[in-house]
Amino acid sequence: MSVRHALLALLSEGPKYGLQLRQEFVARTGEVWPLNVGQVYTTLQRLERDGLVESDGEEDGPQKGFRITAEGEAELAEWLRTPPDLSSPPRDELVIKILIALRLPGVDVHEVLQSHRRYLVQLMQEWTRLKEYSAQRDLGFGLAVDAELFRLEAVVRWLDAAEGRIKRASEEPVDDQAVPLPKTPRKAVVRR
Amino acid sequence: MVYGEGPAEVHALRDVSLGVEEGELIAVMGPSGSGKSTLLTIAGTLEEPTNGEVLVAGTAVAGMSRDDRARLRRRSIGYVFQDFNLLAGLTAAENVSLPLELDGVPVRSAREQGLHALEELGLRDREGNFPDELSGGERQRVAIARAVVGQRKLLLADEPSGALDSANGEAVMRLIRAACQRGVAGVVVTHDAQLASWADRVLFLRDGRVVDQTSPAAGPESLLAPNP
Repeated sequence: MSVRHALLALLSEGPKYGLQLRQEFVARTGEVWPLNVGQVYTTLQRLERDGLVESDGEEDGPQKGFRITAEGEAELAEWLRTPPDLSSPPRDELVIKILIALRLPGVDVHEVLQSHRRYLVQLMQEWTRLKEYSAQRDLGFGLAVDAELFRLEAVVRWLDAAEGRIKRASEEPVDDQAVPLPKTPRKAVVRR
Repeated sequence: MVYGEGPAEVHALRDVSLGVEEGELIAVMGPSGSGKSTLLTIAGTLEEPTNGEVLVAGTAVAGMSRDDRARLRRRSIGYVFQDFNLLAGLTAAENVSLPLELDGVPVRSAREQGLHALEELGLRDREGNFPDELSGGERQRVAIARAVVGQRKLLLADEPSGALDSANGEAVMRLIRAACQRGVAGVVVTHDAQLASWADRVLFLRDGRVVDQTSPAAGPESLLAPNP
């Protein structure tokens, strides 16, 4: 989560105080991403140093006001349209665990898969309950919860697919050394 | 549940024990062939288990006559299917009141209860429409209305939002949950974790056995970190 750009976005609506920025950030992200006041001030200092915001020159404190500069506006517009880097697979801890469980003697990989599946579905139940009881909350909250649910669901689906693949592989063993790996996609797909 | 005999016998379900309380919604998750749908047809008394028993509201189904069992199905159990199964020649209101009419409820009373069920699902203004005049989401709402009309005690749903987009799927699960909160016991079978996450408890079925289940959540508030 880019706190830097979130603060620029809030300032693009008009000049604001530091404390106000923190409150608005927390409210707009549906309280899913808490932010402490120290983070707000260090980020504002860096933004000011980089010429993306200006302060009204008061001493540091809750009464110090900030406004966005033209450079800040340009930076915000650029950031909104820059895709996040999804081209290189993240080093996924769960994938690593399953790969290790598969090789380890005496470990039932299906049991390992299921324990992760149960945990993830339980987590999804909690998010869904939150969604159910917060129909009155704002749009931002609904969007953030949906994103979390889709992300977790994707992991559950991967576990399901992994289970099927492992099952099929155990039924008809193949020599996994025989097939050359295709080249991994290059990172250059996304311009940073 | 065993299909076939001798070497050809297939155990679709083994040692499955499932209790659903009034007001509770259970989801059963499992891959194709894990026995999900068999579990639902047994719970719905559409099939008899090879061994074991089914009790609905405390009464053992096995001891009932054919007629009693059919009556139980009509009165106490509602089904929701992936493909809605509405009768094309009947309006939304007629589809919903049909199970009551089949059960001998006088037409006027059946109609009133049907309209009430449609109203609860926000479909009062569609009562006169035929299924092909409704959207997929509306058709599934009519099917839910039909499944909960009257004094149903058990709601069984097989991939109830399988053919719907995610917004309509969520709406369907909200309605099923609301029906449960009014006192119906619900069982949804699905392979979709987002649907399953609407349930109070999620059971995982593998090769005909319940291998695991989620424990009731600690409460959603735990997800929101306290503000520093």
